[in-house]
Parts: sequence; C-alpha cells; structure tokens
Amino acid sequence: MSEENKVLSPLPGIFYRKPSPDKEDYVKEGDPVKKGDTIGLVEVMKNFYEVKAEKDGVLEKFFIENESEIAAGQEIATIS
Amino acid sequence: MSYFEKVLIANRGEIARRIIRTCKSLGIRTVAVYSEADANAPFVNEADEAVCVGPSQAKKSYLDIEKIIQAAKETNTDAIHPGYGFLSENPGFVERCEQENITFIGPSAKIMKIMGSKLSAREQMQKANVPVVPGSEGRIKSLEDAVETAESLGYPLMLKASAGGGGIGMKLVHSREELESAFDSTVQQAESYFNDGAVFLEKLITKPRHIEVQVVADHASNVVHLFERECSVQRRNQKIVEESPSPFLDEDMRTRLLEAAVRGVKEIGYTNAGTMEFIFDEDGNFYFLEMNTRLQVEHPVTEEITGLDLVEWQLKIASGEQLPLAQADIQKQGHAIECRLYAEDPESFFPSPGKLTTLQLPEEKVRLDFGVEEGSNVSPFYDPMIGKIIVHGPNRREAIANMKQVLSQIEVEGLTTNLALLERIMENEDFVHGDYTTQFIKSLGLEG
Repeated sequence: MSEENKVLSPLPGIFYRKPSPDKEDYVKEGDPVKKGDTIGLVEVMKNFYEVKAEKDGVLEKFFIENESEIAAGQEIATIS
Repeated sequence: MSYFEKVLIANRGEIARRIIRTCKSLGIRTVAVYSEADANAPFVNEADEAVCVGPSQAKKSYLDIEKIIQAAKETNTDAIHPGYGFLSENPGFVERCEQENITFIGPSAKIMKIMGSKLSAREQMQKANVPVVPGSEGRIKSLEDAVETAESLGYPLMLKASAGGGGIGMKLVHSREELESAFDSTVQQAESYFNDGAVFLEKLITKPRHIEVQVVADHASNVVHLFERECSVQRRNQKIVEESPSPFLDEDMRTRLLEAAVRGVKEIGYTNAGTMEFIFDEDGNFYFLEMNTRLQVEHPVTEEITGLDLVEWQLKIASGEQLPLAQADIQKQGHAIECRLYAEDPESFFPSPGKLTTLQLPEEKVRLDFGVEEGSNVSPFYDPMIGKIIVHGPNRREAIANMKQVLSQIEVEGLTTNLALLERIMENEDFVHGDYTTQFIKSLGLEG
C-alpha cells in the first residue's frame, strides 16, 4: 500500500464517522469513494472540519472509532 | 451570614477560576471537577479539592450529570455553581441537584424550562408587555400555516426552532419558494438536535444591534437591573467584544430598555442572575430575543462599571439572602470594554489548539480573566476562548485607549490567536464612533 492512500487527521480533536448521531456513516469500509468525498468529521474547539478523500478508490479500513479522540497526523483510514 | 460551606464548580477554565476567587474571598471552600485533559489546569490547583470526572470529551466528563452529582456527594458539597455553557442551562441537571438537596446556584428548573423554549419565552414576555420581534402567534403547525403566516408578515423572515440556539435551527427565507424548501428540513433539524420540532416565524431585523440587560432577582420578588451590555461585535453568532454602557443608547432608550427587562423578569418570577437579550433595529425599536438563565461570559464589564461582584450576589441569593442593594443604590461609573482572546486565526477564525509557549500579560490598567498560563496546553476539546481582557476608563474614548495600550503589551506564542483582530477593531473608525451592528465583522471583509 502506498503512502498517499493514507488519510491523516489535519487536526487534534474528536473524530466522527457520521454527520450527526442519528444519521448513517458517511462511508462504510469497502465502499467506493471519489476524490473530495467527505469520509468523516474532526471536532476541534466546537468547530467541525470535514475530512475528505484525496483520491478515487475504495475505502479499505478505518483505524479509528466513531467519537474517539484523535491526534494531529494520526491515521484515519486507507483508500486503495 | 449563612453562606455555603463548600461549593462545587461544574465548569473549567477562566470561569472556574473566577468563581473560586469570589468563594475564597467569602471563606467558602471550593471543589473543582476536571477532565483528564485539564488535570494540570490552573483552576484545578486553585480549588481546595478536585475530582476527576472522566475523559477529555465534554460529553463524558463536564456534561455527564451523574458524574458531577457523584463528585458533589463524595465531597459533601452544599451547592453547585454551573458557570456558563456545559450544564448551566440544563433543567435536568437542576432537577437532579434538587433531588439530592444540593443548591443549584441559578434559577429553578421550572423557570429554566420556560425560558429555554423560545416560544414560551415569547409568550411570557408578551404577557408582561415586553416587545418581541413581530412574528407568528405561537407555533407554526404546517407548511400551509407557514406560507399563510408569511404572507401576512411579509418577507424576509427567520424560520426558527423554538428549542434552538447557537445559530442551529435557524433559516433566513426571502420568498415563498425559499420557505417551502426550508420548512421540512428546519423542523427535522429541530427534532434531531433538540428533540422538539416546534418552529415559528419572525420578521428579519436588518442592521440589528445586540444589546442585553443584566438582571438579578432574589426569592422575595425583588428585581434589579445592572444596566446594559452592547454585544454587537460577533463572529459566527459568537461575541468578540462587549462594552457597557452601549454607545447606541440615549438616556430615554436606555430607561425604556431597562424597565422592560425588569418587567419581563418580574412576570416570570425569576431568581438569581440572568441576562435578557434584545435586538435593536435601525430606528431604535427594541425586541426581546431570549433570556440566558446563567452568568454570562461578559459579566465583568458590568462588574467594572458598577463595582459589584456578580458571583457574590449569586451566592448570596442562592443561600436565601435578599438582594444586597436596591435599584436606586446601584450606580454606574465610566465605561468598560471586554475583548475575548480566542485561540483561532484572526481572519478565517479557524481554531488553533496547542501549547502556549509564551504568554506575557500587562499588569496595569487591566483585569485579566484567563483560564491558562504560560506553558499551558490549550486543548482541542473545548471552547477556543483562552482569556478575557477587561479595561475600564472614565469614558468610552479613554477605555478604548486603555484597551489599545493593553493589547499592544500582550505577547502570545505557540499558537495562533485573534489578537491582531482585536487590535484592528479598536482602531476601526466605525467602532471608535460606536457606529456598528452585528454586521460589523462582515464589514471588515471577514466571514463573520
């Protein structure tokens, strides 16, 4: 797997896989994604930052659970 | 005086330190609660006792009612001060305190519920003859109802969730088409965020000013105001600069505003400190917007012009005492300004958590309410406000001059702050002339 397939968090905060608690996940493991698709949110200081796919492909795996703490630079997912 | 022996502060940062300071001066012991991220924060050290209530996420610590109640019981706390934000306007928390015989320093759960609903608050204020923004009579029941009401009110209109807040559940509509496309989604959003799908319509006030009135009421139905605060300098519906008195009001307008605020508070039988928020239109007409049933972030400007300690008043009233002063004995003097220092980009407002490697603050001519010190970590989990800078002067011109001087002496390194924006505001001609509305930040070419 090449380095550019990794989606990293640009910020520290809390990671969410869905737009709001009662909504579906943005994307599930194994789903196809397009460059620019939102795959999750990072909440930092009450602001929400959309994490986007940087290439077309399939979202292979998430490395972080919904609603957990995340560090800047931490790996969120891989896209192949 | 029969104050409390021990008060738990269900909050963090600058406001926790602020409350601890007054408790100490009154000989009241304090309990801090903190999350793992705040283990080394100054407020934890300054309290007499401290209890860790969970992980960094507010939902699992500062917002967890049972953990806070548990901490209060373990430490034999008499009373809880909620500060602002977090659980401060949560009637469920107040009810739990009532059940455990712990005094909640604030109004009753019943009053909090009434004022927490914009629709019922509007209704109460109309009863008290306090003007509200022209709008629908109560809840809008259907799209047909909305369209019909809108035709009679005239566009543009705000479609608002009764339980909404912080800009969520609010939609500006200019036409029937926009109303039709916004209606279902606003109701749905209100239901999913606030568990209450009630919506209503209000006329849009163009070029509005946001002016609020500090009120305090005791259990013997005495109500006083502590004058107004002008809070129109906002970005994304959050305040950046506040001042008192408002440069917009003449004495006649001020008198009418303050009287209306007191009348509204008497109508609902409110107790403790609260803030009545009003919106002013271009012609100087004012309308009730909502009530904040707690201590405000910007309460220091009121303290600076009146020389009073609002936290002390809150503690006295909560312990059953009557108001320390009558209205005629409350005087204002000079002019006060507060600037909020945020850990965020001064132009994009993008948050910037991190370690404060340098924080140098002047000591003269200024009151500093800060939650952090040099070397502190500004956590990504909470509000970006790192401190409040408050100055006083004999008049507005000198207060602005003092603020400029103080801001120029502040040194912050390690993270991005809005310090440059605060300096820019103090230099701005419109601000200096007191000629600004809630559109001010947009007028600087910023997103607002």
